[in-house]
Amino acid sequence: MNIFAGIGRTTMASLRETGQIANFARRGAFSWVSGPFYWRAFFNSLWRIGFASLPVVGLTAIFTGAALALNIYDGSLRFNAETFLPQILGVSIVRELGPVLAALMVAGRCSSAMAAEIGTMRVTEQIDAMSTLAVEPFKYLIAPRILATTLALPVLVLIADIIGVYGGYLVSVYALDFSGPIYVRNIAEFLENRDVISGLIKAAVFGFLIATMGCYYGYHSRGGAQGVGAATRTAVVAAAVVVLASNYFMTSLLVEF
Amino acid sequence: MGDANTTISVRDLHKSFGTNDVLRGVDLDLDRGKSLVVIGGSGTGKSVLAKCILGLVRADQGSIEINGRDIARQTESDRRYMTGLSGMLFQGAALFDSLPVWENIAFRLIYSQRKSRSAAREKAADCLSQVGLAPEIGDLFPSELSGGMQKRVGLARAIAADPQILFFDEPTTGLDPIMADVINNLILERVKALGATAISITHDMASARKIADEIAMLYQGRIIWRGRPEEIENSNNPMVEQFVHGRAEGPIKMALRRR
Ligand SMILES: Nc1ncnc2c1ncn2[C@@H]1O[C@H](COP(=O)(O)OP(=O)(O)OP(=O)(O)O)[C@@H](O)[C@H]1O
Ligand SMILES: [Mg+2]
Repeated sequence: MNIFAGIGRTTMASLRETGQIANFARRGAFSWVSGPFYWRAFFNSLWRIGFASLPVVGLTAIFTGAALALNIYDGSLRFNAETFLPQILGVSIVRELGPVLAALMVAGRCSSAMAAEIGTMRVTEQIDAMSTLAVEPFKYLIAPRILATTLALPVLVLIADIIGVYGGYLVSVYALDFSGPIYVRNIAEFLENRDVISGLIKAAVFGFLIATMGCYYGYHSRGGAQGVGAATRTAVVAAAVVVLASNYFMTSLLVEF
Repeated sequence: MGDANTTISVRDLHKSFGTNDVLRGVDLDLDRGKSLVVIGGSGTGKSVLAKCILGLVRADQGSIEINGRDIARQTESDRRYMTGLSGMLFQGAALFDSLPVWENIAFRLIYSQRKSRSAAREKAADCLSQVGLAPEIGDLFPSELSGGMQKRVGLARAIAADPQILFFDEPTTGLDPIMADVINNLILERVKALGATAISITHDMASARKIADEIAMLYQGRIIWRGRPEEIENSNNPMVEQFVHGRAEGPIKMALRRR
C-alpha cells in the first residue's frame, strides 16, 4: 500500500468534488435566468431562512456582544485602554463576529434542513417525478434556496450587528459603569461605512456557500434514511468549514480596501 | 425500423449498475396510440427501462427514438423534449410530500404551463374524480392518504396535463379489485379516447389482459416474448408460461437459499 498513492487519490477526489460543487453552484445560481423564476418557492425559502432564523441569530448576537464587552474590558484594563471598549467591540462585531456567528447559526439551521429536505426528495424519487412534470429541479428547488440565503444573510447580519452592539451596551452601562450616550457616540463616530459593508459582503458570500452546501449534498444523497442522514451531516460540516475558511480569505482581501 | 407511426423505438439498450447488468440489449417498438404492458420478475429492470426511456437514467449503450428523435444521449433539450410530452406514475407514487394533494396533481399546470392556481385547482378536482377520489381529498397532504389513495393521486398527477406518452409503473398494485378495474378503464380511456401511447408495468395479469394491446416479457435484460393478450396462454414459451401461471418451479429460478 503506497501512502503517496493514497494521498494523491484523496487529493484528486477532493479536487474533483470541489469542481463539481462549483459547477453545481453556478447552475443553481443562474438556472433561473432562462426563466421561469419561482417566486413562491423563493419567498417560502426567504421566510424559512431569513425570518425564522432571527431568534437564534439575535440570541447568539446579544450574548456574544455581552461576553465580548467583559473580555475587552478585562484585557484593555491591563494597559489602561478601557475607554476604547466601545470602538473595539463595534469593530469586532460588525467586521467579524456578526457575520461569522450569524453564518454559523444559519449553517447549522438551514444547510441541514436543505440537505434533509432535498435528500428525502431525492431518495423517494420526488426529484425524478419533478423532472417528468417538466419542472426543472434546479429552478424549483435549488435556485430559490441559494438566492434567498444569499439575500437573507446580509439582513440577518445587519440585525445581528445591532443586537450584538446592544449586548455590549447592556454590560458596559449596567455592569461596567460606562455612560450610555458616550458608548453609542463612540461607536457611531468610530465605525466607518466600510467596516459594516465588508461584513455584509462577507455575509452574502457566506449565504451563497451555505445554501450551496445544503443543496449539493442533499441533491446527491444516495440510499435511504441513512444516506439522507449522512448528507445532512456532511452539509453542515462542509458549510461551517467553508464559512470559516472563506472568512479568512475574504478578510485578507477586504482589510486592504 | 421506426416508420412514421412509431412513437417509441428502442434499440439494443444496455444499462448496468456496477457489476449488475440490468438491461442487456432491449429492443422495443411501440406504435402511436397503442398500449404495451411489460411483465417480468421482480428486479428484472422494468422500472429501469421506463426510466431510461423517460430520460431519468442514462443508458450505457443503445438508442431510444421518440417520434424519430434519438434521446439516448440525454442532452438538456432531449430531456425537455421527452418530459414535455410524457407523464409517469412512479412505482412508489413519489408524491411531493410538502404540497397538498391538489397541488401535486396540478404541479405541471402551475409550474410548467404557468396556468393560474384557480384554473389548475379546478383541473385537479376533475382529475381526482377520474381516479375515484372526492374533491375534499385535494386539501390533504400525501402522508395523510392510504397507499392505494397515493397511487391514485400519482396517477391523477401523471395524466393531468394530457400527455401523449404515458408510463404506469404498477398502476394497480395495492388497490382493491374493484378500484383496480376502475384504473384499468381509466388507462384504456386515455389510450383509446385521447390517442395516448402507454407503457404499463404490472404483475397483475388480469390488469395486463385488460389494458394491453400487446404484452412483452422482460427476462434477463431482454424482451424474450411479445404478443397479444389472447396469445399469452399459448405462448409456447416456458418462461412466459411459468410467469403467467405463477409457478415456483420452472426455467425461471428465484435466488432463494434452501435449507
Ligand atoms: N439507482 C440504482 N442504483 C443501483 N442499482 C439499481 C438502481 N435502480 C435499480 N437498480 C437495480 O436494477 C435492477 C432492476 O431494478 P428495477 O427497479 O428496474 O426492477 P423492477 O423490474 O422494476 O422490479 P419490481 O417488479 O420489483 O419493481 C435491480 O437489481 C436493482 O437493484
Ligand atoms: Mg419496478
